[in-house]
Amino acid sequence: MIELDAVSRRYDGGPPALQDVTLSVPRGQALAIVGPSGSGKSTLLNLLAGLDRPSAGTVTVDGVRVHELGEAASAKYRRATIGLVFQFFNLLDDLTVADNVVLPAWLAGVAKAAAQRRAAELLDTLGIARHARAYPGRLSGGERQRVAVARALMNRPALLLADEPTGALDSASGEDVRELLTGLRAEGQTIVLVTHDLRLADAVATRTVELLDGRVVADGTTPTGAAAIGVAP
Amino acid sequence: MSGLARVVRSGVRRRRVPSLVIGLAVLMAVTASVLGGSLLVASSAPFDRAFARQHGAHLVGQFDAAKATEPQVAATAHAKGVTAEAGPFPTVSVTPTTPRTAGPGLTPMTLAGRADPAGPVDAVSLTAGRWVRSPDELVLSAAGPELAVGTDLEFPDLPGDPTLTVVGIARSVSQSADGWVEPEAITTPSGYQMLYQFASAATDAQVTAHRAALTASVPADALAGAQSWLAVKRAADQNTGVFVPFLAAFGVLGLAMSVLIVGNVVAGTVGASTRRIGILKALGCTPAQVIRAYVAQALVPAGVGTVLGVLAGNALTMPVLAQTDSLYGTPASGVAPWVDIAVVAGMLGVVAGTGWLAAWRAGRLRTVDALRVGPVSTGGRGRLAGRVAAALPAPPSVGLGLAHPLARPARALGLLAAVAFGTVTVTFALGLAASLNDIQAAKNHDNADVLVNTLTSPYGPHRVDRVDGPRPAATATPAQIAAAIAAQPGTRAYYATAQTAVTAAGVSGAIDLYAFTGDATWAGYQMVAGTWFHGSGEAVAVSTFLSATSTRIGDTVTLFEQGRPVRVKIVGEVFDPHTDPEVLVDAATVPDLAPDTYHIELRSDTDVGGYITQLDGTLRQYGVMVASNQAVHSGTLLALATLTGLLTLALVLVAGLGVLNTVVLDTRDRVHDIGVYKALGMTPRQTTGMVLASVPLPGLLGGLLGVPAGYGLHAAVTPAMGHAAGLNLPAQALDTYGPAELAALVVAGLVIAALGALIPAGWAARTRTATALRTE
Repeated sequence: MIELDAVSRRYDGGPPALQDVTLSVPRGQALAIVGPSGSGKSTLLNLLAGLDRPSAGTVTVDGVRVHELGEAASAKYRRATIGLVFQFFNLLDDLTVADNVVLPAWLAGVAKAAAQRRAAELLDTLGIARHARAYPGRLSGGERQRVAVARALMNRPALLLADEPTGALDSASGEDVRELLTGLRAEGQTIVLVTHDLRLADAVATRTVELLDGRVVADGTTPTGAAAIGVAP
Repeated sequence: MSGLARVVRSGVRRRRVPSLVIGLAVLMAVTASVLGGSLLVASSAPFDRAFARQHGAHLVGQFDAAKATEPQVAATAHAKGVTAEAGPFPTVSVTPTTPRTAGPGLTPMTLAGRADPAGPVDAVSLTAGRWVRSPDELVLSAAGPELAVGTDLEFPDLPGDPTLTVVGIARSVSQSADGWVEPEAITTPSGYQMLYQFASAATDAQVTAHRAALTASVPADALAGAQSWLAVKRAADQNTGVFVPFLAAFGVLGLAMSVLIVGNVVAGTVGASTRRIGILKALGCTPAQVIRAYVAQALVPAGVGTVLGVLAGNALTMPVLAQTDSLYGTPASGVAPWVDIAVVAGMLGVVAGTGWLAAWRAGRLRTVDALRVGPVSTGGRGRLAGRVAAALPAPPSVGLGLAHPLARPARALGLLAAVAFGTVTVTFALGLAASLNDIQAAKNHDNADVLVNTLTSPYGPHRVDRVDGPRPAATATPAQIAAAIAAQPGTRAYYATAQTAVTAAGVSGAIDLYAFTGDATWAGYQMVAGTWFHGSGEAVAVSTFLSATSTRIGDTVTLFEQGRPVRVKIVGEVFDPHTDPEVLVDAATVPDLAPDTYHIELRSDTDVGGYITQLDGTLRQYGVMVASNQAVHSGTLLALATLTGLLTLALVLVAGLGVLNTVVLDTRDRVHDIGVYKALGMTPRQTTGMVLASVPLPGLLGGLLGVPAGYGLHAAVTPAMGHAAGLNLPAQALDTYGPAELAALVVAGLVIAALGALIPAGWAARTRTATALRTE
């Protein structure tokens, strides 16, 4: 599903944000990427999403050579293949919850009625159907992140990328999101999760990779990946 | 450098586009203001100075010697309101020749008998030579033919055919005569001239009232003519005066645009710099310092624009004023320094005031709120826009763009105003250009393709290229020439004109008289009022003639052609922007005049060159000349057209930059949202479409508002320009817009908006998603 081969990323002559990273993720795997600030976690996620390009190496996702995509092609790649969940939700405050969720389908040219049916299903599944006509600003943090997950799943992505999805949430809301992602993993959704939260990584991921200064320093593939790489939960 | 100065400098550097827009808008406004203000103030200065120095006459009265005696004329000095007078001076209308010229060589002139150039009224000033001391000497007006001191002139119209020697050149601001001789030289005067000053003569009505009093004080019809100083002054101001209404319009547009741009830029900058303001305040900046910093960021480019505008305005003003000064021999007027100072102070004051109002919010912003601010929230308006976007039957990117003005109505209004001002300018400028074209066409009023000239006119051929060498003197009769033209294949229509110079009582200088033979309705003359002449005794005149002779349609005037009186009734006013007075009559009115020019219109399928060759072959034997008709272009109209083009280009550029600046600010505000859209799969093309789609609605509304405003501006300014030049414009020159043009001009608003949004749309499309997502 994901193949990173000797990937490096350097910004403006500074120290490398990522250095010679080689990684393979099979379909259906939930991978957690952990590490301290500045270790290269978000850079790796951006490369997978086609939001950034590597300085060296290749990035292949679901057969697409992402590192070769131009701006328009990478946008289409994200529509077709990627679902993105951000730490600060990145919902559009001016659109209703339902419109936020349906937006990726609209951008992909899906018929409006079909897109709205799919959005309604997702909101129902994620337990936020009652907020469909509300605006994101009126929801709790956990509810907003559920909306963001619904939006990410709208186009049935092959790969769900989540960047610190509980980082802006209180513990109760964080627990909600944790359960949601665990459920998705159980359904066979391929997930790459970037987080500081080792409990989240342990609960959701079947494999954990630790980055330090842009390099992979540990890679555990047990359900309790955090324990496997010797990091205290 | 102080901390505040550093903040200002870095702000100006960071916001190059807004700074450029402010600088350009101010440059345009200041240039037009300096130019318009200087011309308005200084245009009449040379005349006023000369008038004061020479104790100019408020009215030059010309009395008929056959109807009033000299003592009766002298008694008019006691008429009500007269505060000073000079005269009576005997006058005579003559046509001199020089010994070197065969036949008529000079224009007719009015001579006045004055023993002394000085006097309480119209103290004529010598510019060369000396005043007359004997009856065989003559002083010529500097406004007349350019003859050197020492030239001998023969006067066959005077008893004894005397020869007078030019002993001096003099200038009369009142234009009281074309030449002066000893009173004894005029033994049989045709009239007497009186020069008056009145207690009140500031308006036409006051001068007219004084004229009526003079008329009443002498026998009936004795006052043959009178020349008001206001008519002379208006003619003097024409060259520069015509620019003033037009420059005032552009000045006001530029000023309004400056206020709009500065307000928009500063408010936008404050809105986009909330976090920066919070940091400045957290570091100890007082609210006043913050406001000053943002006002100064507008004042720096405005100051540069002002300096450049003053330089440009002065550079453009100097040549126009120098031309006026040379007419009166007065020292160079230059640009009045207080005009520069007033424009600079006014413009910087406007910028500072507008900037201060726009920056006021920055001063009031609470530090904690400013530091906390994230992506720009648009509240309920944004939600409305979101609902509309979702409901629109359009692709999502287009829908989001179309609905966006609802989310940021203030900014959309700014954009609308920029487009509206741009559309006003384009509409006004295109209308003005069309009017100037019409005026140019009406000025030439000669749609003829080919001219045949007999070379018998005292002025030589009229608008004909003399391309070959000398020819024998014209020997053909009018009938022979007309027959040759009529017989020539390709002739569709023709008429003939005879031109001569005449004088009119009370008016100094020659009046051009054109006598028409044949149907000239296709010639291109445009009537301002009344009708074309029909038969003998009727005439149409140009505005300057009516003004100079204080006559109106329906009045009868006496003209003197070679000393013979010709009475004509004015039946119409024809448009002609020439400053010299002209009268057009039927040939039957002056039967002795032979046509000197034949104006020929060809059939549409006729080759002009071949036609000329063939006709020339027929007429060459008679010594007449055949040539294509070439239009003469007016320098003033050309200058107006050039200035219109330059100022329009500048204003449209400013409007486009205003749109660009607004969309740039808006796009920066939305950059985070744009990042989200792109992260969700919005392509660069969709992003471009979304940004571009945000401008058609305000662009269209701006066009719909701007076109009627530009139309109204044209309707107000163009006639005012004509009046400033002493002209009434024909309806055709004012009615320049058709429905299709107006619709196209509304579209021009859309084009200005789209052009202004192209760059920020491209910028939004190119913005890296990861970077945009990090931006708050």
